[in-house]
Amino acid sequence: MQASSHIPHDVSYLDYKGKHKGLLAWILSTDHKRIALLYMFSMMTLFLVGVLLGLAMKLELIAPGKTIMGAQDYNAVFTVHGVIMIFMIVVPGLPAVFGNFLLPIMIGAKDVAFPKLNLFSWYVYIAGAILVIISVLFGDGSPDTGWTFYAPYSFKTGTNMLPAIFGAFVLGFSSILTGLNFIVTIHRLRAPGMSWTKMPLFPWTIYGTAWIQLLATPVVGITLVLVSLERIFGIGVFDPALGGDPILYQHLFWIYSHPAVYIMILPAMGAISEVIPTFSQKHIFGYKAIVASTLAIAFVGYFVWGHHMFTSGMSGTAQYTFSILTFLVAIPSAIKVFNWISTMYKGSISLETPFYWAASFIFVFMIGGLSGLVLGALATDVYVHDTAFVVAHFHFIVFGGVGFAFFAAIHYWFPKMFGRMYDTTWANVGWIVFFIGFLALYSPMFYLGLQGMPRRYYDYLEQFHAANILSTLGSWVMTFGLAIVLINLFRSAKSGPIAGANPWNGKTLEWTVPSPPPVENFEEIPVYGEKDGPYEY
Amino acid sequence: MQHEKTHIVPYRTYLIILVALLIFTLLSVKITAIELGGLTVAAALIFASLKSYLVLTYFMHLKFDKIYIRIMVGFVFAVFLAVIIITFLDYYFR
Amino acid sequence: MSQVIHHDEHYDAEGSKIGMWLFIFTELLLFGGLFIIYSVYRFSNQDAFHLAAEELNRTVGTINTIILLVSSMTIAMSTSALQKKQKKTTLALLGVTLLLGLVFLVNKYFEWGTKFEHGIFPGSQYMLDHLSQGEILFFGLYFVMTGLHALHIIVGMVVIGFAYAGVRSGRVNADRAALLENSGLYWHLVDLIWIFLFPLFYLIH
Repeated sequence: MQASSHIPHDVSYLDYKGKHKGLLAWILSTDHKRIALLYMFSMMTLFLVGVLLGLAMKLELIAPGKTIMGAQDYNAVFTVHGVIMIFMIVVPGLPAVFGNFLLPIMIGAKDVAFPKLNLFSWYVYIAGAILVIISVLFGDGSPDTGWTFYAPYSFKTGTNMLPAIFGAFVLGFSSILTGLNFIVTIHRLRAPGMSWTKMPLFPWTIYGTAWIQLLATPVVGITLVLVSLERIFGIGVFDPALGGDPILYQHLFWIYSHPAVYIMILPAMGAISEVIPTFSQKHIFGYKAIVASTLAIAFVGYFVWGHHMFTSGMSGTAQYTFSILTFLVAIPSAIKVFNWISTMYKGSISLETPFYWAASFIFVFMIGGLSGLVLGALATDVYVHDTAFVVAHFHFIVFGGVGFAFFAAIHYWFPKMFGRMYDTTWANVGWIVFFIGFLALYSPMFYLGLQGMPRRYYDYLEQFHAANILSTLGSWVMTFGLAIVLINLFRSAKSGPIAGANPWNGKTLEWTVPSPPPVENFEEIPVYGEKDGPYEY
Repeated sequence: MQHEKTHIVPYRTYLIILVALLIFTLLSVKITAIELGGLTVAAALIFASLKSYLVLTYFMHLKFDKIYIRIMVGFVFAVFLAVIIITFLDYYFR
Repeated sequence: MSQVIHHDEHYDAEGSKIGMWLFIFTELLLFGGLFIIYSVYRFSNQDAFHLAAEELNRTVGTINTIILLVSSMTIAMSTSALQKKQKKTTLALLGVTLLLGLVFLVNKYFEWGTKFEHGIFPGSQYMLDHLSQGEILFFGLYFVMTGLHALHIIVGMVVIGFAYAGVRSGRVNADRAALLENSGLYWHLVDLIWIFLFPLFYLIH
């Protein structure tokens, strides 16, 4: 039973020599920390592909008319950009990387509940990614439907849709298995004495997210299967020529894909809820309110999907119901922002890189969230629907929210993951360049959308030229900032100064183990006493 | 971990449940053969719900498991029901 | 595996049970998506659905329902038998379950076969020429939902097969019954879905 005794506690997970050597020691490892890094490096690669596609789009839009690509290529580029960024980066991003690495350590466990299943999920993820890449490289042209695969076009278009759709299905399966694993881990493996109300906030958001992954992903799974069957056999379910209703496709697609936004943003909020108390050296303000709002967002977020369909011809009753529900989600989100700000109030704030990222997260998240209310209100949505305004909104949330939180998280937990500290000056420079580039890239799109520039076109009217130039310039600045950040991190992982076990004076359990953590995390499973808690400064 | 005592369900319980399920099945076949208009669907679904309740409670051991699994199951069914109702806010009022 | 971490071998019956339940939830919502589609189209094509349902054979449907219910009982009993340390009874009950699953599939095969002979299958010209849109939708859903269900029967049988092998070799025993219990849960899920499929497709007149 106790096969662990031969793993010495002073060997870090990075140095541990198991039965396998080299790459095999990684891709056959069931250690949650190694799996987390596997996810991180595969995502980083795919992310760079997505960034290049995004840059290509912005370059096309630097001037009206055809600049570097035509309409069909542009359609393919925004489709593949969307599929990669949504299904492979932001949906699995924080749970698969930081959830895997930190969830077991933060709750005082040696690994997740099902380590082999965890490794299997990564293989499923890779399989899904390969399928999508196949759809791009082979067959009669890259998918051109947009990442939403709207029927009936998705089964009528001549492009190579099947592998892309199946790839999205497989990626969903990976996400379900990860969620399942995390829920069981949180239920069964919390350290003795760590009651639900003493669990740190990041695991709480992972828990909420995991439930959405579990309950929403299968709905899009079956929908994508139906689209494939429609393509192959013509079953008629979404085909208006056979009596099907394409709007029903939109319902089913958004039953998943709206909650998917919360899959992305909840762990991001969780990471921010860890960073802010640490760099304010103060107990998190309103722990229970944050937990409750996490669960409320997860729950209510499940029932707001129709706000993507206000112009589709839905019934009026459905429209205003969805609108009201959408406004309800804003309340728990605002509670969180309030709590973060209150945590900083009278705290002893240290201005380190993770804090900069976290603070800018709150800033862009608020802009993204408030512009979401413009889209959630019926009258204004009709005006800006399918314009660049929507693109700006969801990039502020999805990239601004998840992306900034991801970078906050990586700068926060980097010393724990690699045992080394990064160069803080370059990290800060990278942040400010990225932040300025981000604002320059996406803010003009709000203006363009309000002026009536539609999304998903490779061309536009002359009157939109100036703002588009600013946006394209922004994309270059942001990518430059991204390069600084990434190069700094890569260099530091190899040769940065050794970081101690607890460089930020954090109070959660991951800071009680050495950096990088030993293979089994804890020599002895920690026990939470009556007065212990995750944020007792 | 503490040793969790497992509850052994006697064969007889399962047999009784099966008989009940079969009776419900035959009843639902009989009742839907009668022309009841809109009530036919309701009747068929009520019998299906009763049957699934029995399967969940006895065959799937919810009666003997910890309460939180029952809560989860109830929650999932409630979520699904809510999704159907909200979808019908569109189709019913269109 | 290189990283022999001790809780790899750590046995947590309740943990794996929760895991199985969570997986069942995703399966329920997978079918849930189809049930949403069914209810929407039934709502908007009531007469056509009634007409199309006449094509299905109630007797075969009822027999298949009974088969699944009985098989659900036998697999439930097998867990009790295992806990009572009656290995032979356990194996016999599992064997009966597998057999009943097979009979269900054979019935389904002939049922589908008859439909195909009558020209009723997705994308057939006969359907386009002779049936209304509502009826085409009904049969589209019929094939997808019963087909997906049959797929789950097959998966369930494979899982039960593993449990059978485990019980035989003694790896699955009264103290480590999780594999058997979980394959039982999965089989009941398959039953549960059929309990709703049956009235929705066969019992509308």
